[in-house]
Amino acid sequence: MGQVLTMEGMEIVYEKPGTLTQTPFHFCPGCGHGVVHRLLMEVVEEMGIIDQTVGVAPVGCSVFAYNYMDIDMQEAAHGRASAVATGIKRVLPDKYVFSYQGDGDLAAIGTGETIHTVNRGENILMVFINNAIYGMTGGQMAPTTLLGQVTSTTPFGRESSHVGFPLKITDLVAQLPGAYYVTRQTVHTAAAVRRTKKAIEASFKYQMLKKGTCFIEVVSNCPSGWKMTPVEANVWMEKNMLPIYPVGDLKVPKQ
Amino acid sequence: MEENSKNAPMFMQGNEALAEAALRAGMQAYFGYPITPQSEVMEYLSAQAKKHNAVVLQAESELAAINMVYGAAGAGARVMTSSSSPGISLMQEGISYMASAEIPCLIVNVQRGGPGLGTIQPSQADYFQATKGGGHGDYRLLVLAPSSVQEMADLVFDGFKLADKYRNPVMILADGALGQMMEKVTMPPAGSLPYTEKPWATVGKPTTRERNILTSLHIVPEKMEEINLRLQDKYRRMRQEVRSEQIGVDEAEILLVAFGLSARICQKAIELAKEKGINVGLLRPITLFPFPTEAIAKIVPNVEAVLTVEMNAGQMVEDVRLAVNGKKPVYFKGRMGGMIPTPDDIVLEIETIAEKNRITQV
Repeated sequence: MGQVLTMEGMEIVYEKPGTLTQTPFHFCPGCGHGVVHRLLMEVVEEMGIIDQTVGVAPVGCSVFAYNYMDIDMQEAAHGRASAVATGIKRVLPDKYVFSYQGDGDLAAIGTGETIHTVNRGENILMVFINNAIYGMTGGQMAPTTLLGQVTSTTPFGRESSHVGFPLKITDLVAQLPGAYYVTRQTVHTAAAVRRTKKAIEASFKYQMLKKGTCFIEVVSNCPSGWKMTPVEANVWMEKNMLPIYPVGDLKVPKQ
Repeated sequence: MEENSKNAPMFMQGNEALAEAALRAGMQAYFGYPITPQSEVMEYLSAQAKKHNAVVLQAESELAAINMVYGAAGAGARVMTSSSSPGISLMQEGISYMASAEIPCLIVNVQRGGPGLGTIQPSQADYFQATKGGGHGDYRLLVLAPSSVQEMADLVFDGFKLADKYRNPVMILADGALGQMMEKVTMPPAGSLPYTEKPWATVGKPTTRERNILTSLHIVPEKMEEINLRLQDKYRRMRQEVRSEQIGVDEAEILLVAFGLSARICQKAIELAKEKGINVGLLRPITLFPFPTEAIAKIVPNVEAVLTVEMNAGQMVEDVRLAVNGKKPVYFKGRMGGMIPTPDDIVLEIETIAEKNRITQV
């Protein structure tokens, strides 16, 4: 009772990166977006490339990324993030450029841009958050929604005979010669967070080699859209999503 | 095109003249998708890009192309795209985003007949789309209308300059005939259009400034209204850029109003009408937005009637009627779907109007 905590005699071992703004995240409790935002900004800060980095945030829960990331950013129309990133990178070829896109953006409305950006081997990083649902618009079916998964537009579960199959766009992207590094990760455990950060670090470094597109899928959750607690959501994700979207590298640079 | 130090006149196709002018105006990047009747623009630029150290990239669609323009222009480069009517429709979402985020660029529409896939012949049926916004939301483009190959070149310089001045997309509204025809053209010298500072561009945040964000999303309605008011104020300021050409309006009994190719045809019709003893003048808007409302209003008291000639079902005529404001009768003559009115068609119309308004033929 009445104990006053001070910093005296304490050592800072972990703090918010300076590349994140003071704006509190709007993301729902348990959501993976905040973790990936932080990892991206940690890498930008640690590499000392704040003044050389431009990010692109399109429509979806990713749209407010520029409220949190304290770097130069462009907002893109729905699905067009990688086209916008292409435009930036082509006129600033020595800068670091990344797009941060959800499953609806990257694998539904922006499928054409995704395939062709990677096929041209644009020297950018594409970060793809796959949570199998449209979070921003209130929980509708995504291209990556699992068969049988209930969403507000598949109230009886996704049926392949009606709306097709979960789209494994990362597998498609890995087939393209323009892809340099393609990996699928998660951020639902401490170990997974560390692996994803390593993938982001590697991707930023690879950009300067100018050998093609880096593509990181982060299989994530949507507790609100899935109508689960954060813990339930992570359990459901492991049990149901990871068998369809297994974690691991799909394409690694040839040594 | 070899560098022409003396700037001697050359014989060039409209599309190629536009492309050469863009390079001379210091265009740093072009993104496009092939479509008739303007594919020569990207073909010409592709061949010349290396020499001018410009980025020229064929996109997978007009959607991708306009969003590449957004990215590159947002990063501070001088950027152009070109297309024709159906392709311009596909670009409208991106154009609306650029107008809202205030990203300057030059968009060229070499119009063809529509609606739908339409035809590949020249048309002016995208007047409404170009001058009234085109995509969603309250916004305007500065719209320039060339009527010769010379202007296909000159207006590129004006277009880039105005885009930077107002931080707004500018459209050159040409047509398939202007794009395809060959005429004498004197090219403006390369390097004559200086680059402007773009402190708002996203190029990487130095420690000396706050981060730059280019966005059209403002979720708080009070903020969105404030931005709308600021944009509307900018569109009002653009009025000072209004430009038109007047031919023989002082003695005119009938005033023709026509832009682009239609204005060229009207010039011949004026000669033919004069032979028949009817004095006809021409006002040719060079800027379609801002529209030369005042210039028309000034002439109206001195003429008996106004005839608007367009290659569409009657679009600019609505703006002409607003300018005339009921003071004199306004008539319309148009052809659609890639068909072009002939000078004789127009003279016939002029004679009918003269008769209706009891204009004495000398």
